[in-house]
Amino acid sequence: MDFPILSVTIFIPLIAGLIILLFGRQKPGWIRPIALAASSLVLALTLIIWASYSIEKAGYQFTEYLPWLPQLGISYHLGVDGIGVAMLVMTGLVVFSGVMVSWNIDNRPNEFFSYLMFLATSVLGVFSSLDLFLLFFFLELAVFPKYLMIVIWGYPKTRNYGGMKLTLYLFIGSVLALIGALAIYQASPEKTFDLLLLENTAFSVEMQRIWFPFVFLGFAILGGIFPFHSWAPDGHVAAPTAISMLLAGVEMKVGVFAALRVGIMLLPEGARHWATWIMVLATINVVYGAFIAMIQKDFKYVIGFSSVSHMGLVLIGFASLNYNGLLGAGLQMFSHGVMTALFFSIVGMVYDRTHTRDIASLGGLYKVMPWAMVGFIVGGLVSMGMPGLSGFIAEIPIYMGVWQVAPVVAIISVISIVVTAAYILLVVRKVFFGELPKEFEGKVKDITAKDKIVIGLLSLFMIAIGLVPSLMVPLIETGVNHILAILGGA
Amino acid sequence: MGSNMITHFDLIAILPEIFLLGLIAIVMIVDVFRKKQINGNTISWITFLGLLIIILVTLLFLSPGNTTRYAWGGMMRVDAASFTFQLIVMIGAAITTLFSMYHQEVNDKGEYFAMLLLSVIGMSMMAASSNIILLYLAIETTAIPLYVLVGFLTNNNFSIESGLKYFLFGAFTSAVLLYGFSLLYGFTGSTHFTEILAAIEAGKISTGLLVFILLLTIVGFGAKISGFPFHFWAPDAYQGAPTPITGYLSTASKAIGFVVIMRFMVSIFSPEPQSWTLLLALMATASMFVGNLLALVQKDIKRMFAYSSIAHAGYILIGVASGTALGFKASMYYLLAYLFTNLAVFGVIHIVEKSKKSSEIESFHGLMQRSPGIALVFLIAVLSLAGIPPFGGFVSKVLVFMAAMDAGLIWLLIIGIVNSIIALYYYLTVLRITFADSEESKSQTIYLGWKLALSVCVIGIILMGVIFTPWLNWLEVASTNLMLLH
Repeated sequence: MDFPILSVTIFIPLIAGLIILLFGRQKPGWIRPIALAASSLVLALTLIIWASYSIEKAGYQFTEYLPWLPQLGISYHLGVDGIGVAMLVMTGLVVFSGVMVSWNIDNRPNEFFSYLMFLATSVLGVFSSLDLFLLFFFLELAVFPKYLMIVIWGYPKTRNYGGMKLTLYLFIGSVLALIGALAIYQASPEKTFDLLLLENTAFSVEMQRIWFPFVFLGFAILGGIFPFHSWAPDGHVAAPTAISMLLAGVEMKVGVFAALRVGIMLLPEGARHWATWIMVLATINVVYGAFIAMIQKDFKYVIGFSSVSHMGLVLIGFASLNYNGLLGAGLQMFSHGVMTALFFSIVGMVYDRTHTRDIASLGGLYKVMPWAMVGFIVGGLVSMGMPGLSGFIAEIPIYMGVWQVAPVVAIISVISIVVTAAYILLVVRKVFFGELPKEFEGKVKDITAKDKIVIGLLSLFMIAIGLVPSLMVPLIETGVNHILAILGGA
Repeated sequence: MGSNMITHFDLIAILPEIFLLGLIAIVMIVDVFRKKQINGNTISWITFLGLLIIILVTLLFLSPGNTTRYAWGGMMRVDAASFTFQLIVMIGAAITTLFSMYHQEVNDKGEYFAMLLLSVIGMSMMAASSNIILLYLAIETTAIPLYVLVGFLTNNNFSIESGLKYFLFGAFTSAVLLYGFSLLYGFTGSTHFTEILAAIEAGKISTGLLVFILLLTIVGFGAKISGFPFHFWAPDAYQGAPTPITGYLSTASKAIGFVVIMRFMVSIFSPEPQSWTLLLALMATASMFVGNLLALVQKDIKRMFAYSSIAHAGYILIGVASGTALGFKASMYYLLAYLFTNLAVFGVIHIVEKSKKSSEIESFHGLMQRSPGIALVFLIAVLSLAGIPPFGGFVSKVLVFMAAMDAGLIWLLIIGIVNSIIALYYYLTVLRITFADSEESKSQTIYLGWKLALSVCVIGIILMGVIFTPWLNWLEVASTNLMLLH
């Protein structure tokens, strides 16, 4: 049997989290090194997975299979396709960055880092699951870490509200999807939860049309689909920095990834039937999210709503159901995950030092924290879809794909590029340029070396993929080809 | 059936009950002759060790395997279902005994443990009875000690009041149940389940009358599981009873109520499957909504979990109402996981209540910083109740929902899901309070017996959440045997 690299990747954070939780009180000095070691190891392992995934062979690789509850068709089945690999790498990056930027958390650090590790296990598990039951198992694992992290370490004014709202919305989404998943199980002739078997099952057209909305909408709520998006800005703003990064960067991708894997890939006929509706909702996401982001006064809310807007692009890509759209969506999932993590980390760095997120009272920060400014501009350019960065190679295929099926949607959603440019440039001008307010002079210090590593690392990936698309495009392509085969075969 | 001789097998069938009776005698004798101490736990340890031995003997020597046999002239049915539920009750009682230690008002009293053991005997008979007379006697043998135990804190008026309420409500519902039984006997001329069924199949009772009898018996059984609208006793009794007894009422007593319902419905009303499943499905719906919505507004944590327990009766009823072997299996799995989960919940409440002298929800404020150990146990147990993996409650919920989907009860499945969302709200609220920042650092004292009990519960919750096959295989046998009619 091969080295079970996926299991190891998934369970390293869990074990590290348990160790930190149980022994962190006695040995407070060990907490951060253990968390850092675990997250570095996860990052290294995900990079190894990326490097050793064979593009020629394509399909699901690094598979592991253990019967878990055979009489009900439940198994411990892991494996990743190209899109899954990209998601794992993105998760590795975000978790590592999350640990780095949280280094100075000193209120109950043992709990903080252990819950962060549990959250990492949950998302890594979802991206690697090839069994529907296992997918839900990992998905629901995240409920308590994210809730507790928001209400304990979050922004005091809104954490109780934001935390509860976020957790309940995500729970509603996942149980809605669970209803659909049970229906899929019930309709499958083998009575199985195994995704590979279910992919090859041709469900009746009627059944697919009835249950597709449950599964897709349920998971898409996790991805912030309109009109169920409001948890995202409220929750992300209430959360501590590392959790905002993980929730917006990774957890929203968990939603759309599962919507793709379970919704579109298992019920292709349902996807075709409902594609127009998804397109309509997602277009509202893109345009509405961008406009709302523009009028925000709070730095963090701008980023929160920009996530809503960008996730809409992913869903538009899905709904186009063609090569370009899906390819762009896959790339956008990666690119947005890294970008939004970078944004939230910089917002956190600024807030930690200035103690305000009010855009109007910030200014001139390029003098004191030039790295943060550079990082924010890189992220901003990615967000606008500037050529040479990962955002461009992600967004262009999406627009190309949607043009083939619905040119109107392409035209409407392109507005968002202009609006995005507007709000990003506004924020950059207000926050980083202009005069440094008097009360900040001498008091606001530069960001730490660890923060700079995070900014450098995340920017590096966005620039590298923008300049050398072949690093990521063929990988996503293998996944997309598989989906197209399923869509064509149905 | 038919023989008047007491056979060897008859004695084996009631061996656990005989042992329990012996244990009661030992407890009472020791209680008379030992020196009284203020805070002695001698009797609790004797009870616990005795129960442990009986559990081990039952587990090792008395397993019926896949066979179904009748004892005492058809009065008792010895099968995997009765065996499983006897074990559930005894494990529940053993854990309750551990929590009762260091409880100054009960741990020194032999009669407390004797009553507890007596109720175990009653429940053990309930699990096995296949005769309406024996069933009624077993129900009363269970209920009377429980009335006493709920009102046991004699210097606390609220405890006495709740004991009295429980007694009045219990006596009333038992009377209705007995009326239903008498009609069954009157029309069929027999007290054995199998003969009653044969008479019903032969058309001796009209459908209308059968449905009437069904309604009467549901009143009696509904009260045992605290299902709506027979749940009124539960919040008061749960709040007033000594907390270990609350845990016992909400787990062992409820589990036995369920196995009796399953056995009785399948044995007696199998010619009328639509009526009893529909009735139970409606009861499930109402129990979930009433339990969860009222739990939202509670200020007392015992009362909140009392309503939560009513809601859980609703989830478990989903499995029963699907009326299939899968549904029964799911409900049994749920009950087993719920045993460990709710005992842990009330165990932690008991510990916090003892040090804070209050069962307000606020007494949990900052528990994580005072006593991380029990706060984590509480976290695990509450998440399991909320149906979050990797704990037993998650698998249980998925199983009952699968059973509902399988039986075509999609509306019931959706109601169950809506309710788990409502429930998550108050479970998270309690957890937020437990994990809130707090200046207080005085840690809770946790005695050896409590630690032991909490560890057993946590291990049970996690084992049932990550390894399912062994338990489900066993419950598969129990549920199919339960559905066999002859």
